[in-house]
Amino acid sequence: MLEDLFKVVKKRFNDDDNKAETEKPKFKCPRCQHMITEEHYNELLKVCPDCNYHGRMTARERIAITADKDSFIEFDKDMKSCNPINYPEYEEKQQELREKTGLSDAVVTGQAKIKGSDVIIAVMDSRYMMASMGSVVGEKITRAFETAVEKKLPVVIFTASGGARMQEGIVSLMQMAKTSGAVARHNQAGLLYITVMTDPTTGGVTASFASLGDIIIAEPKVLIGFAGRRVIEGTIKQRLPDDFQLAEFLEEKGFVDMIVERRKMRSTLSHLLKLHGYVPEQEEA
Amino acid sequence: MENEKTAWERLQIVHNKNRPTVNDYIPLIFDEFYEIHGDRHFGDDGAIIGGIGRLSGIPVTIIAQVKGRNINENKKCNFAMPHPEGYRKALRLAKQAEKFHRPVICFIDTPGAFCGISAEERGQGEAIARNIMEFMTLRTPVISIVLGEAGSGGALALGVCDHLAMLENAVYSILSPRGFASILWKDPSREEEASSIMKMTAEDMIELKVAETIIEEPLGGAHNNLDKIAENIKEFLSHEISEISKKDIDELLKSRYTKFRKIGEFTE
Repeated sequence: MLEDLFKVVKKRFNDDDNKAETEKPKFKCPRCQHMITEEHYNELLKVCPDCNYHGRMTARERIAITADKDSFIEFDKDMKSCNPINYPEYEEKQQELREKTGLSDAVVTGQAKIKGSDVIIAVMDSRYMMASMGSVVGEKITRAFETAVEKKLPVVIFTASGGARMQEGIVSLMQMAKTSGAVARHNQAGLLYITVMTDPTTGGVTASFASLGDIIIAEPKVLIGFAGRRVIEGTIKQRLPDDFQLAEFLEEKGFVDMIVERRKMRSTLSHLLKLHGYVPEQEEA
Repeated sequence: MENEKTAWERLQIVHNKNRPTVNDYIPLIFDEFYEIHGDRHFGDDGAIIGGIGRLSGIPVTIIAQVKGRNINENKKCNFAMPHPEGYRKALRLAKQAEKFHRPVICFIDTPGAFCGISAEERGQGEAIARNIMEFMTLRTPVISIVLGEAGSGGALALGVCDHLAMLENAVYSILSPRGFASILWKDPSREEEASSIMKMTAEDMIELKVAETIIEEPLGGAHNNLDKIAENIKEFLSHEISEISKKDIDELLKSRYTKFRKIGEFTE
């Protein structure tokens, strides 16, 4: 009791050190509202220490923790979208985002090694227009699969998306057909496709290539769904349970094969690749 | 054809309560029709009907989204918003058509796939994705016709085809103009403005190479002359099926892939 009293006093009269501590940027977990400093959150690979929610990462961060060091070779780095329906200020908005994120659109694709096994890898980045799928995402994903067929390689995609890119209208919808067609060809070639669903995987991406993996992995507590939560709540006129559309719910309903923690993702992927015969030429330590 | 109408005006025609639905067309277009039910996993979805019929003598598989015209019909067909079992029924019928070398004819008429708890629990996203992928490699000709509105992935799940036709006033869009305005401008009341910029008319679809043919409607819209519009649809289908059946199936699959492969606008 006495101690508690002192704590309060100490808080009220912060010395400079403590002040710096409280002013450090904080991360608030969207699942359990737990607050930690961003510094600590980053140290934990952006996983909430309280509820195990696996937070959003940038594409570069993801590649860094997944691929072997210096093994990543990027494809189509400078591909940029046009404005197919002349949506007002679409170009300006994209230019702004390019400068802010260093990305040219919402997906980074390339070839890499995972513990020595060669893979074609694609990582979506939700900072870029909620990683919505327009012409560039559609084209880069499609090319990734086509390259994988040519080189007889497996594909690993880390999905994250708000869905179709509204600003590209019907052209955006058609990317669902284009990417799924490329998955079909890769599938017919007998090659492995692993989807890793990360936060959030929704809409037109769920309804196309994200749901078509031979193996579908999800990170804990991430949001996965077709329709948006608010849209459904609007239809049924009641609040949905908190766990609705989380990875665990999808696993229970049979739409996710396994939930894998971030710190085990690289080794899990490596084992699955080897089980499918993608054995490294020279295994990395 | 009437070329001067705005997307908004066409939407009003499409939403006319007397606009014919696939149930009006089937008896006028096909010589016989046997409806087939269920997805063999969960149930039978009233929003998508399917069956086997005969078009100008040729056996075909028919898959169609159904709109209702009164509250009882709409209760049965869920306002043409399919559940996953509807898409899985469609896929079962398409695979059956492939087995028996029958062309598939899809009639699209939906505001979108159903958004609700049951649809999510049964994997709406997976069902649509699966259809899109499987139709891309289906080894039999597929022709799709948009009768009224074609909204989002729920329409595309029956829209991966060798030849897409639009009725003259039909629209095809990423989502409804209301949804578009709501998402991008947080103001659903700006739906008319949204419809004007979304590029959703039959002519827009031709220009964007999403559709190949526009089927002419009677003056003022399909509801003004059911026999005439049914005749136009039948004429298109009979002609297209005889053309498409001459093609080598591998060539057909290649051009089906290429059609979608080419859509997208970007610079490098």
